Amino acid sequence: MTCILETQGLCKEFGAVTAAKDVNVRINKGEVVGVIGSNGAGKTTFINMVTGYLKPSRGEILFNNQSIIGRTPRAITRSGMARSFQVAQLFAQLSVLDNLLIAVAAAESPFPALLVPMRSASRIARADAILVEFGIPQWRDTLVTAVPQGVRKLIDIAMALIGDPQMLLLDEPTSGVSAEEKTALMDTVMRVVAEHQVTVLFVEHDMDVVRRYVSRILAFYSGEVLADGAPKDVLANAQVQEFVTGGAKAHDKTQRSAVK
Amino acid sequence: MRMDKTELILLAVAALLAAGGWIGPQWLVFLLTMALAKAMVVQGVVMQMRAGLVTFGQGLFFCVGGYAVGMSGHFLNITDLAVLLVIGVGVAVLLAMILGLLMTRYREIFFAMLSLAFSMILYGVLVKSSALGSTDGFNVKAWTLFGWSPAAGQGPLVLFMIIVASSTVLAVLLHRYGHSNAGMMCEAIRENEVRVEYLGQSPRWVLYMNYVAAAAVSALGGGFMALSAGHIDPEMAYWITSGEFVFIALLGGTAHVAAPFIAAIVFAVVRTYAIELVPHSWQMILGFTLLAIIVFLPKGLWSLFTGNARRAKA
Repeated sequence: MTCILETQGLCKEFGAVTAAKDVNVRINKGEVVGVIGSNGAGKTTFINMVTGYLKPSRGEILFNNQSIIGRTPRAITRSGMARSFQVAQLFAQLSVLDNLLIAVAAAESPFPALLVPMRSASRIARADAILVEFGIPQWRDTLVTAVPQGVRKLIDIAMALIGDPQMLLLDEPTSGVSAEEKTALMDTVMRVVAEHQVTVLFVEHDMDVVRRYVSRILAFYSGEVLADGAPKDVLANAQVQEFVTGGAKAHDKTQRSAVK
Repeated sequence: MRMDKTELILLAVAALLAAGGWIGPQWLVFLLTMALAKAMVVQGVVMQMRAGLVTFGQGLFFCVGGYAVGMSGHFLNITDLAVLLVIGVGVAVLLAMILGLLMTRYREIFFAMLSLAFSMILYGVLVKSSALGSTDGFNVKAWTLFGWSPAAGQGPLVLFMIIVASSTVLAVLLHRYGHSNAGMMCEAIRENEVRVEYLGQSPRWVLYMNYVAAAAVSALGGGFMALSAGHIDPEMAYWITSGEFVFIALLGGTAHVAAPFIAAIVFAVVRTYAIELVPHSWQMILGFTLLAIIVFLPKGLWSLFTGNARRAKA
């Protein structure tokens, strides 16, 4: 399998706090990888470093075998790695369509034209097509502030996907979404990314969601990769259960209360 | 070139304005000429407001445009109006291209204060330059147009017609700019700069282009002001002048390209009558006017039109 993203000895320190410690990861093309870990485990720091938002203290990041250390987020985006955010990052005072049109125009050229109208027939068709793909065409002309949280998450991901990236990093795609909506949202996202043949790495707290969609799990704890492998192996790992999923502790507590 | 409904309305209003100038008294022609020149500078302020930046130093480019026109006549003996305006805009664009490299690194109050600082530096330099008339400034030479000189008394009306035509072209261009990739990207930056970066665009580059374009537009207003008033002085770069442009921008709102023109005319009329009414405290009337606008029309005078349109739809 071809490696698309590789990190070597990646470290990040914020003063005395170590947010990432010697992170070595290889992601292959076409994989759907879940990143799990408790709050402060270093998941978002990892995503922020890989997408250029944070500069690593040490280490190397290779995307398609090319170093992307020191590149700006926009340069990394243009090289084929897009991301969505834990809190959907949209243009609040604009309609859903305008949000997508901006994403389409941005994907077309890094230098926006001064007098060429943004609302061209081809761009609108592209935006409409992606709205249909994500199953949200009914929200097309609504201000993004007026759409439900789940739809906002989908728009955020749709905007990331519009530039036809090779790899998509989703930071907690179901955060803030109700339990009933989670599965429907993730079904939609995973169907669309599969159609676009995009490699996916997503951070998630909900283990049911992780189990359902990923082919591999990276478990983070205290800035380090605690386990890396198939979902059933990683989730059965005693350390992962103790420090990440809390399964072992919960199990112990249940046993203790039963004894009492 | 296909024109949309807004552009056709702009053309129609410009034709009415030109006709009004033709039959109106000379004082009205002068008042409207000055108001339209100021409106051009305000367009520069509004362009930056749409990108989420407030400038308290647009007087810099207003002054540069005016002084470039005045100095070209005074020192280079150039009197052709078109050439003078091109020089005014060109000098401002060059200056903006240099300052923009620094300015686009800053946002919010830091941008506002830095823009004010550059404007006040120019003011300080001009005040100390005796060759340029120091605080008194100097008179601008009478203009010609492609070898033709207006007869006595004809000049103000011809200049008015030229500024109406220029304002119309500018309004159409700015309307298109507002709906273009770059214009919409400015709005996107105002809303969420991080997202723009993660869409593969450089917010700084977009803001740089916008800054330079805003400087060009404001310098054109400065050039027209110099030609119309026939005099320039360092007050053009003073902070109160820049504040006046922000005042007019807030008065009109940022929702439409016509708003700064309407606001500049309303401002000129209110100020003229305020000075007539209470010569020593006319600023108080302007203050109350702005207060009323902020309280009752927070999105500026233009919201009167959009409010009516919404009610009509309902």
